[in-house]
Amino acid sequence: MVERAFQITEEDVSVDEVVARLADPAIGAVITFVGVVRGVTEGREVRYLEYEAYPEMAENVLRQIGDEIRARWETIREVAIVHRVGRLQVGETAVVIALSAAHRHEVFDAVHYAIDRIKETVPIWKKEVWADGAEWRSEGG
Amino acid sequence: MNEWANEQMTNGQIAVKVRFFAAPREAIGTGEIEVEIPTGSTVGDLIDLLTEEYPALRTYTRFISVAVNRGYVGMQNVLHDGDEVACLPPVGGG
Repeated sequence: MVERAFQITEEDVSVDEVVARLADPAIGAVITFVGVVRGVTEGREVRYLEYEAYPEMAENVLRQIGDEIRARWETIREVAIVHRVGRLQVGETAVVIALSAAHRHEVFDAVHYAIDRIKETVPIWKKEVWADGAEWRSEGG
Repeated sequence: MNEWANEQMTNGQIAVKVRFFAAPREAIGTGEIEVEIPTGSTVGDLIDLLTEEYPALRTYTRFISVAVNRGYVGMQNVLHDGDEVACLPPVGGG
């Protein structure tokens, strides 16, 4: 089992560092998803994002998502998901998902599933701050 | 001491910690409170009580999910002394 595989952090998130957590001679493929702070939403310019988490629960729910993935796709060997919280500037990395597998088959489906589940169920919130206001945003609207 | 005996000792009241996040946290102005409620109260009872105490919560209660001790639960879930309850508005990570 990978150490610190599911983590909420206030520090910068490095894709290379998260991928390195999966190091294992048995793997032949790693797929990553990197969520980045976008500077424009619905035509408005974003100054920065403020992410907030219920960190203790969020790490548990991320671990459950990892378990779901490995139960559903036998080819997936390890899962690491790191989500940053606090104030993030445009272009900064908010989330890194990394999955390792012996072979490439199905890793794309698995990473797609991971990001969908994160957006649905992990207790993390995002506030968009524009020049003239701010709003908490969820997938629902 | 079992949980039942423990709860009876506090005059039929139990104490729970309630945590708020994001928009509802800002609306009521705090992220964490301690609440005393009657033994046997459900999550739904607690939400009703909180809404009376903090009318600003009313805007959010329709959308809120609740976690007890860091797992999602339903409104019928019965609370126990020392539970950590969290009021979770619709999530938006990623």
